[in-house]
Amino acid sequence: MSVQAGIEEKLTQQIHPAHLEVINESSNHNVPPGSESHFKVIIVSDEFKGKNLLSRHRLVNKVLADELQNKIHALALHTYTEQEWYDQNEYAPESPPCLGGSKAQ
Amino acid sequence: MDVMERIKQQVEENPVVIFMKGTPQFPQCGFSSRAAEALKACGEQFAYVNVLADMEIFENLPRFADWPTFPQLYVNGELVGGCDITLELFQKGELQKMVKDAVTAGSNAG
Repeated sequence: MSVQAGIEEKLTQQIHPAHLEVINESSNHNVPPGSESHFKVIIVSDEFKGKNLLSRHRLVNKVLADELQNKIHALALHTYTEQEWYDQNEYAPESPPCLGGSKAQ
Repeated sequence: MDVMERIKQQVEENPVVIFMKGTPQFPQCGFSSRAAEALKACGEQFAYVNVLADMEIFENLPRFADWPTFPQLYVNGELVGGCDITLELFQKGELQKMVKDAVTAGSNAG
């Protein structure tokens, strides 16, 4: 299974999103073609209701702990409840460009 | 000093501190860059630690507050979050207030 499919499966099973986008943004970064290193996740779920941003991100980080530890380098994360997603017209911010500092040298 | 002690000291001694890749002037990661820009736009002084210049902190910071990625922003000794949270709070106007309150409280105490 690709890293991307693994992320989609885990988030779907454990956070029950009403809307989920897992976008591989690795090609924007200084990594070989076909890499699965940089991802952006937009996840809309009422499991986030009543949780602040830190708790929401912690929840996703926990579900993706293995990926974050062993497989991926960056995860842009945008978490919304169904109402919040509706209120902002289903828009999540763009990720920043790479500036080259992927490794500590 | 133990690396966890060093991180703790940075977090406790600075009302606002960002652990980032590069520096606010020369960020080396798009996420760190954006978070630092948002902090700068708050108009208050803040401290930074370049994790690329300190391998020990680079390797150990993720377990300090159980947060796997960089950058990491701390205000009043508490983890606020990474780039996405920092920006979202900035867009809502909450970061500005949080930073201002922390810096004001810090200067009154010191």
